[in-house]
Amino acid sequence: MDAAFALIAGHANYWLVVILMMIGLYVAIARGNLVKKIVGLNLFQTSVFMLYISMGKVEGGTAPILTGLPATVYSNPLPHVLILTAIVVGISTTALALALVVRIREAYGTIEEDEILEIERDVGSKS
Amino acid sequence: MMIAVDLILFAFLILTAIAIARLRNLFAVAMLSGLFSLLAAGLFVALDAVDVAFTEAAVGGGVSTIFMLGALALMPREEKRPVHGALLPLVLCLVTGAALVYGTIDMPAFGSPDAPVQRHVGPEYLARALPETGVPNVVTAVLASYRGYDTLGETTVIFVAAISVLMILGISLGSGRQKGGE
Repeated sequence: MDAAFALIAGHANYWLVVILMMIGLYVAIARGNLVKKIVGLNLFQTSVFMLYISMGKVEGGTAPILTGLPATVYSNPLPHVLILTAIVVGISTTALALALVVRIREAYGTIEEDEILEIERDVGSKS
Repeated sequence: MMIAVDLILFAFLILTAIAIARLRNLFAVAMLSGLFSLLAAGLFVALDAVDVAFTEAAVGGGVSTIFMLGALALMPREEKRPVHGALLPLVLCLVTGAALVYGTIDMPAFGSPDAPVQRHVGPEYLARALPETGVPNVVTAVLASYRGYDTLGETTVIFVAAISVLMILGISLGSGRQKGGE
């Protein structure tokens, strides 16, 4: 019983992140709207950041900015560095994806996945 | 106290994510995704990642929302009702989620100070950052000094992305029309 409680208390944070991740994945694969898909991918991405930052947290720790006091416990700075880079790469891919969606809208007149596929199929059957 | 803040932020994050999944108005979705980033930034502060928090608030909550609104100005605001059923994606997400939860069971408990990730090179950086680089913020020391070339590579990524966006939009739009925010 105690072991089960320790497992839940120690891992609830990760499981909540997994729930967020799965909502993001659901939005990305279940919805046909291309902008909605990008938002879903962003949700997924931010959840992955949360998972990494959770791993770097130390109980009773503080932000890794050196205070000079010898007894201070710091959280691990390396996941933070990794995620800072990932955030910047993430915004680059989002901008690129949105630009592609704008072009798709100009070329097809719609941003719904099934309508685009239908137009493609019509064009394919005519030629 | 710490756990309460954590749980409240997670509750709001999950509510926001569900609202994003259910809403069809894309303007509302863009705004809620900005809110999601802001809440995520709050969570990062609670988890001691202050540098990540302000980057997420500025980039995820600010710049990304502006891009989204700029793109939405050129698009219909309403999402159409999906024609295919939502059951298969739901099952897929549940299976993937269960697999991920199963994977976390082997992980060391949250916040545990003797997890492998805390025992490896992390303490080395904390001990050596100040004498070697003179920067008290260890995240900055690693990002700009130890991993300086990687950060240069990261700026290259932004540069390439900016060029690609300009090429995708700029040439095809021709003269006269300007694209806001992108």
